This record gives sequence, structure tokens and C-alpha cells, in this order.
Amino acid sequence: MKIALLGFGTVGQKVAKILESRKNFYENKYGFSPEIVLVEDSNSQGYHTNGLNPKKLLERKEEKGDVGSGRKLDLNDVEFDVLVECTPTNLEDGEPGLSNILQSLELGRDVVTSNKGPLAIAWEELKQTSSKNDSILRYEATVGGAMPTINLAKDSLAGNKIKQIRGILNGTCNYILSRMRGGGLPYDHVLSEAQDLGIAEADPSYDVEGIDTALKIVILANSLLDFNVKYSDVDVTGITGITSEALDLANEENRVIKLIGKVNGDKLEVGPKMIPKNHPLAVKGTLNVASLKTDLAGEITITGKGAGASETASSIISDLISINRVRNFR
Amino acid sequence: MINTLNLELKDIPGQLEKALGGFSKHDANILSVVHHREDKTPRGTVPVEVKVDVGEVVIEKIIEDLRSRDVEIVKVGEENLSRSFMVILIGHVVHSDIRDTINKIDDTGLAEVKDLSLKMPGINKESTARLFIKADGESGVKKTINLIKDIAKEKELKVITEMDV
Ligand SMILES: NC(=O)c1ccc[n+]([C@@H]2O[C@H](COP(=O)([O-])OP(=O)(O)OC[C@H]3O[C@@H](n4cnc5c(N)ncnc54)[C@H](OP(=O)(O)O)[C@@H]3O)[C@@H](O)[C@H]2O)c1
Repeated sequence: MKIALLGFGTVGQKVAKILESRKNFYENKYGFSPEIVLVEDSNSQGYHTNGLNPKKLLERKEEKGDVGSGRKLDLNDVEFDVLVECTPTNLEDGEPGLSNILQSLELGRDVVTSNKGPLAIAWEELKQTSSKNDSILRYEATVGGAMPTINLAKDSLAGNKIKQIRGILNGTCNYILSRMRGGGLPYDHVLSEAQDLGIAEADPSYDVEGIDTALKIVILANSLLDFNVKYSDVDVTGITGITSEALDLANEENRVIKLIGKVNGDKLEVGPKMIPKNHPLAVKGTLNVASLKTDLAGEITITGKGAGASETASSIISDLISINRVRNFR
Repeated sequence: MINTLNLELKDIPGQLEKALGGFSKHDANILSVVHHREDKTPRGTVPVEVKVDVGEVVIEKIIEDLRSRDVEIVKVGEENLSRSFMVILIGHVVHSDIRDTINKIDDTGLAEVKDLSLKMPGINKESTARLFIKADGESGVKKTINLIKDIAKEKELKVITEMDV
């Protein structure tokens, strides 16, 4: 399998590292032999028809901060089988991810992405382009990091109708709310602690305002419930302004407060909610959890790490191996 | 209190009016009347389901009255649909007149605030309130929550509801 890897940051580098270090394991166990032929970061490009050396790429990125000299090649000019798209999430127009993915699908090439922007912005277009060109689009890494949410619903729960989805899909918010409850600490204090630990970004609004959760809810609703919705269709409230007194008052009644994303009927909602302490969704720390209500299998709940380099890479690689099974690339 | 009365009426004109007369005489608040014309009983009567919102004393009087009108009463059921739920409000709860907030909820007639806990960490700081509310049935709960959300918007309060209500 010839891979074009666009975006060589936390996630992209981890994917390259694992594909290299598990080369023999993947070859022997799955007959999966990936080669990264193209790699791109924000201002440079590396290309080799017979595959680049991931170790050298990682060293060069570390030392020089780039992956090659300049950017000359377009996806049209490159021979590749699968695009791995790991550029930053952009909520305005989905770029550069959206154009990368569309171009690849139009070329009849398969795509694996961890980038939520394009899916939340242009779901219908992506779906149609992929089916028209018989190209596969997989995106497990966009929701719940390592938690196998989308593929669980599409593969293991195939044949069910999914009635409702509820979950905690943002580790930053869950960390903040868990810490505030555990220690009776104020929001601002816990947020700055989370920033020091690298759990929250310097500008935390994308997480704490519920935007990230809402994007994931949109992706789940579109891909698992055949909705055709956008970010603006979600009723979103974040966790800013939540007081430690609120957590105390909930605690007195054996409740915790969690930022819950929910698809119920035709309603999409993200907001802080009270749930019983012993509820399956009441996971702690940075954990994520998702619960799918189905008509045949009943309610299925999964939990796991919602972000992190190797967790996200795990989902990307599992999508790549699935594609390899269908296509039998050499 | 919501009561459901299951009646069986003869399939001749004027029977429904006759039966409903037994309710209106006592100023009963009729919530719904479902006339199951298509589900005639083996005896050829027509089942009718009437939901009313009345007190206990009145329901007894209605039953008496219906009997005297020769209306067949199959079943009388009291629906105890009232549901309790919790809501947390954050912001200038007190300054924005918590009493007014409670009155607005109570005045709907659909719900009643049963308990209030308030935490006020300091002057000029936002306070947090927890309300226990009892409402009539699913629809009462829904309407009350929508009302609370509207009040919260107007008073710039943050609302935290229970996940499944
Ligand atoms: N990190 C996680 O735990 C996680 C989890 C789930 C999903 N995701 C998603 O995965 C994607 C990647 O995340 P990340 O954490 O790896 O982000 P990151 O560390 O910021 O890396 C982004 C990479 O994209 C490159 N890039 C920026 N603009 C580009 C352009 N126009 N063309 C090509 N490359 C470009 C950057 O280049 P430079 O190196 O030159 O800056 C960088 O290499 C994001 O969409 C993110 O939301 C991340």
C-alpha cells in the first residue's frame, strides 16, 4: 500500500513511527505492507516512488523542522493508493483537509482521516464523491480517539437500527469536570492545571465551549443515523461558567455533571448534564465514553482514551488495515 | 389529579353528548376524549376514553351522575404521572429574583418547585441554585424545562438539567 501522508504533526508522525517499527508484525499478521511515498507539512514535501525512510523523515522534522525542500507536487502527480489526512481541523471551510480528501476520492483513491473539519462541513459531498468513484473513506480517528465507535456501529452492529447516541466525547472537558468535583476546585484553577499538563490548549475555547463535541456528534449523526446535518444544527452549551458549587449540589444528590453530546430523535444537543454517579457514562479523567441505543442489540457502551498520539494512530492504522483487506494492496 | 374514565356508549345518536353532560355539570376540566368507533365491543357498544383533571370529590360526583344517566362505566383510573426532577441554575440567581423564577414555574399549574438549595460563595460572585420540581407527566416536565430555559436566557443564567429529562 502506497500512502500519501498529509500533515506531519503529533498524529502524522506517530503513524509513521508505528508503521516503521511494526513493519514485520503487520506484514506477517495481516499481509499489510505500507510505504509512505509522499509526506507533507505546512511548508514542505518529501517524495519517493519506492517509499521514504520514516526514520530519516522523523529525524529531519526534528532537526530542521521540515520534511523536504519546498512543495512542488500535487496529488495528481503522485502514484499512491491511500491518502492519510492529518492536517489541522479547520471549522471555517475545512481546508486544506477538504480539498485533499475530495481530490483523492475523485482520483479513485481511498482515504483515512483524523480531521473532523471536512466531515462536519461537507458530509454529503464527501459521501457522494466516495460512492461515485468507488473510493473508500474511513474516519474512525475523528470521534473518540482510540474508542472504536464508528466501525463498531458499522461493522459489529450492522443490521441494527441505531436509535440514540449519547456520550462524553471530549477528554479536556471531562478532565476539568472530574477534577472540579474531586477537589472542590474552581473552574479557572483546574483549567490552568489542565493547560500545564498539556490536556487543554492555550486557547481552550474549541474544547470547553463544546465545539469539538458538537463536531463529533455531527459526524456520528451523519454517518451512523443517515442524517444530513451541520454544526449549526446542534444546540451547543459548553462548560465555561460551571461553579464548583454546582458540582457540590449535584454530588449531594449522588449526581455528577458531565458534558454530554446526544442525538435523540432528530435533536442534536451538547451541554452539561447531571447523571447518576454510578451511570455507565460517568467516566472520570480524560476518558471518553459512548453509548449507542440499538433496536436489536439493546444499549452498547464503550469507553476509552479519546485523544493522544498513539490512540489516534491506532484508529488510523486499523482503518488502513481494513482497507488493505478489501483492496489487497501489495 | 388526572383521571381516565373508560366508558361504553350505546351506538345511537346523542349518547356522547349525554355522557359529556355529566362532566360539564361539574365544571370538570376535560383533557381529551377518544371515541373508538372502529373498536366496537361484542355487545355493539362504542368505547370512549375521557381524561379529566379534577379533584377526588368531584370525580365521585361525576361517576354518580354518569350512572344516573345510564352511562356504562368500565374503568376509572387515576394516573399518577407526576414526576420529580432536578435543575441547577448558575449565575446571579438571587439578584435576578429567585422568587420570581419560582413563581413563574408554579404559575404554569403544570409544575411546582418543591425544594430549593442555594450556595452563595460571596458578594458579587455568581451563586448556584438547585431546584427540585414536581411536574405533571412527561409533557409537564418538557414544558417546564423549556420555560426554565427561557427564564434562564432572559436572566442570563446557566441551566444544567438531568441527562434523561
Ligand atoms: N492529537 C490528537 O490527539 C488528535 C485526536 C483526534 C483527532 N486529531 C486530529 O488530527 C489532525 C492532526 O492533529 P495533530 O494533533 O497531529 O495536529 P498538529 O500536531 O498540529 O499537526 C498538524 C500537521 O499538519 C501540518 N499542516 C498544517 N497546514 C498544512 C497544510 N496546508 N498542508 C499540509 N500540512 C499542513 C502541520 O505542519 P507543520 O508541522 O509544518 O506545522 C503539522 O505537521 C487534526 O485535524 C486533529 O484535530 C488529533
